[in-house]
Amino acid sequence: MTPTLSVKNLRVEIPTRRGTLVAIDDLSFDIAPGEVLGMVGESGAGKSITGSAIIGLLEPPGHVAAGEISLQGERIDGLPPDAMRRIRGRRIGMIFQDPLTSLNPLYRIGDQLIETILTHENMSHAAARAKARQLLEEVGIPAAGERLSSYPHQFSGGMRQRVVIALALAADPDLVIADEPTTALDVSVQAQIIALLKRLCEDRGTSVLLITHDMGVIAETADRVCVLYAGRMAEIGSVQDVVKRPQHPYTVGLMAAIPSLTMDPHESLAQIPGSMPRLGAIPSGCAFNPRCQFAFERCSAERPEPYPTTSGRAACFLHDTGGSKLPPVENARRAEKAGIAVKGRTEDTVS
Amino acid sequence: MLAFTIRRLFQAAGVLLVVALFSFVMFRFVGDPINQMVGVDTSPAERAQLRQDLGLNDQIIVQFARFVGNAVQFNFGISYQMKQPVAQLIASRFPATAELSLVSALFALLIGVPMGVYTGLYRDTLLSRLFMAISLAGISLPTFLIGILLIFVFSVHLGWLPSFGRGDTVQIGGFWTTGFLTKSGLLSLILPSITLGLFQMTLIMRLVRGEMLEVLRTDFIKFARARGLSRRAINFGHALKNTLIPVITITGLQLGSIIAFAIITETVFQWPGMGLLFLQAVQNVDIPIMAAYLLLIAFLFTVINFIVDLLYVAVDPRIRLGGSPA
Amino acid sequence: MSEQTLTQVPARRSSRLKNALDSDLIYSLRKSPLTMVAAVVTLVLVLSAVFAPWIAPQNPYDPSSLSIMDSFYPPAWEADGDPRFLLGTDDQGRGLLSTILYGMRTSLAVGFASVIFAMVLGVTLGLVAGYFGGKTDSIIMRIADVQLTFPAILIALLIDGVARGLAGSHAYDEIVFGVLILSIGLSFWVQYARTVRGSVIVEANKEYVLAARLIGLGPITIMFRHVLPNVLGPVLVIATINLALAIITEATLSFLGVGAPLTQPSLGTLIRVGNDFLFSGEWWITIFPGVTLAVLALAVNLLGDWLRDALNPKLR
Repeated sequence: MTPTLSVKNLRVEIPTRRGTLVAIDDLSFDIAPGEVLGMVGESGAGKSITGSAIIGLLEPPGHVAAGEISLQGERIDGLPPDAMRRIRGRRIGMIFQDPLTSLNPLYRIGDQLIETILTHENMSHAAARAKARQLLEEVGIPAAGERLSSYPHQFSGGMRQRVVIALALAADPDLVIADEPTTALDVSVQAQIIALLKRLCEDRGTSVLLITHDMGVIAETADRVCVLYAGRMAEIGSVQDVVKRPQHPYTVGLMAAIPSLTMDPHESLAQIPGSMPRLGAIPSGCAFNPRCQFAFERCSAERPEPYPTTSGRAACFLHDTGGSKLPPVENARRAEKAGIAVKGRTEDTVS
Repeated sequence: MLAFTIRRLFQAAGVLLVVALFSFVMFRFVGDPINQMVGVDTSPAERAQLRQDLGLNDQIIVQFARFVGNAVQFNFGISYQMKQPVAQLIASRFPATAELSLVSALFALLIGVPMGVYTGLYRDTLLSRLFMAISLAGISLPTFLIGILLIFVFSVHLGWLPSFGRGDTVQIGGFWTTGFLTKSGLLSLILPSITLGLFQMTLIMRLVRGEMLEVLRTDFIKFARARGLSRRAINFGHALKNTLIPVITITGLQLGSIIAFAIITETVFQWPGMGLLFLQAVQNVDIPIMAAYLLLIAFLFTVINFIVDLLYVAVDPRIRLGGSPA
Repeated sequence: MSEQTLTQVPARRSSRLKNALDSDLIYSLRKSPLTMVAAVVTLVLVLSAVFAPWIAPQNPYDPSSLSIMDSFYPPAWEADGDPRFLLGTDDQGRGLLSTILYGMRTSLAVGFASVIFAMVLGVTLGLVAGYFGGKTDSIIMRIADVQLTFPAILIALLIDGVARGLAGSHAYDEIVFGVLILSIGLSFWVQYARTVRGSVIVEANKEYVLAARLIGLGPITIMFRHVLPNVLGPVLVIATINLALAIITEATLSFLGVGAPLTQPSLGTLIRVGNDFLFSGEWWITIFPGVTLAVLALAVNLLGDWLRDALNPKLR
């Protein structure tokens, strides 16, 4: 089956006066119809830039320098602006982080919806209004008919994000890119919004690229997960594998850093030493090698390509010989606590 | 909404009172009003009598109240220099300044806003650069110099347009004289209104451009793009409407100041308006005219500000409908 | 902290000069040829004004060197021109090149002085308003609000009129420059006060100010030593833009006849005088000072614009 979205060897460059920054480097992934792909990473890892690149809204001077982006088998990178505009909203919907600033404060909710519907669908104003109302009902806004004539400031943050979701889904797109859709919301509302988004997309068979740094959201919602580090893919795989049996040392660290209810309350959370490099100063070889407790010579000399894992791929030389050599998170944590040199042990198994 | 209007009215009254206080202090304490009114041969007894009659011996607060009371009725006494009632002098000069300011304001708005929108949307085109260069000149060159250069080119060199005065005017109603109805009146308006409006025009253009650039960077414009709206709908619908709010505020203030800036233009073109009257008053220390002019300008500003506030309310639902998010 | 950053620090320090030359400010200056031209023009004009007594061909204030016979010479390149007077002469036989150099001196002196006056006044009031808050703050800012509704030129004219009234016309001639500086300075203080006040309110709540208070430093020390340095950037930008405005305002006042007197003309006075001869064909008497004023104002404005954009990347 043709994937809804296929990204191949994507490279995004941002020229600056001090040289060209490579914001995304050789990133490849697919999203199947109806699938939810989670994309995680620290801030600055390139998650949002990937989303912007797909929908063709990279801030100049950033641009796609190499690679292919295909929507249902059809190249969409490098389309003329007007053709790309017709894809936006119609075939790819986007949801941004902050519902408070995503809506134009001077336009009624209904007008913003109707405007979007009429841009993409050939129907009468009355029909568009009926559809707008139906959309508001679908996203769970009470008294939808009256609320059409409200202004954004008359809605709470959670309600506004529902409106934003309605707008993104207004023309039944094949793919929705949700860029940190709940980060700006109250914790109590976050789960509702995620559940709503998931339900609506399931009903419509819409694929979702869910960008977030919240692993909890990913674990609940995504089918597969793609982990980014410094603009490169660290690991991709099914959500169970990535969460329970992470294959890349960075993901291992990421998972160990998440508090869980089952852990010993006196145990301190694991940390990854150092911080992600700036885009202008990415180390040679594997971008993660200076912080990696498993790093060996080859890691700083050569850049690892993604090697196949159980359910996906991981860009780490530990997988060069095939099969997983890394202990799952829990084991790693326990081993560390018990004072066992994890590094030595893995090196043994590698060689 | 009503509360907003009332609050604004109170604020406006407050500003006017402060200006009135300043005018009063100027009127009462800069020079001796009696000395200005009477000749050298007036005896001290007569002076004291006049002082008593004018209430200059009353308590200051009483005098101020009387001053404000008179000001409300537009009674500012007699000009020291011209020995005529100030109200009459100003009334006879008012139409000239009003017509000049109106034409300048229209010129500034009708040219400045489109230029600003264009330069905001198409930042790097040749035409945009040209507009920006013109605007820089308009902002940097002193108004009087622009007037002189215009006179030099269009009156002295080419001889196309008159360089001073209002041309022929027509009397309408009681005191209003207009230059709109005669050919020479209209021709006479051209150079002064360009001179007076150019600075405001460039200011409006730069303001609209800046706001446009700012708005185009906002999240909701990005979201509008992500929804696939047409360029037209984004630029002229979403962006322009949001640009209007700050533009209305500042433009309103700027248009108000046109009336005051007319002082310079009226001097260059010997335009018989209030500005010229005020300038002569400053040179001759004719305090009653200065005080009256200051209060009149303050009053006009306040009225314009009030209209601007109402416009603002009409454009921005956040103020119109008030309240925090539901 | 990683080892990387530790090893980088000494390397950075050693090349501080190089960093300064490589800074965004200098970079944006080098990137804009127009700004470079403006900087050079400003420098040349300011220097020639400062050194006017040494470089001007004549001293226009020395009556003994003037001859009414020399009046109304057109510029040297015209048919009736006199090579002694490159830009021609005015009605009193003064060489225009010399009067322009001396006039620019007056214009710049008044401009600089009033900018400094406005800056000191505005920054002080802004610091006081922001730091003490409460009633002090609201009184100062209310005055600022009211004043801001009036154009600077109107305020300056009013102050001028009041000064005339208070001093009487004879004494007035002696204090005219003081009044000019006072009236221009008083019309421009508001912008500094607002900017500084805003920054002070932001800064005053930061930890370092609280810490300074805790160790017992007085408000004046805290304001000048700790808060002020943080707001100097914007103040500098306002000052540069205001310098152009002050020069223009002074020229306008002088043109309107309430500024620099005929005995010590500024560019504005020269234009006012020359304006009377515009129609009789002696265009050079007004056009040359006018062009000088325009170039000066334009160059300083360009510098101010550039400085604002360079220090405020958001607007670039």
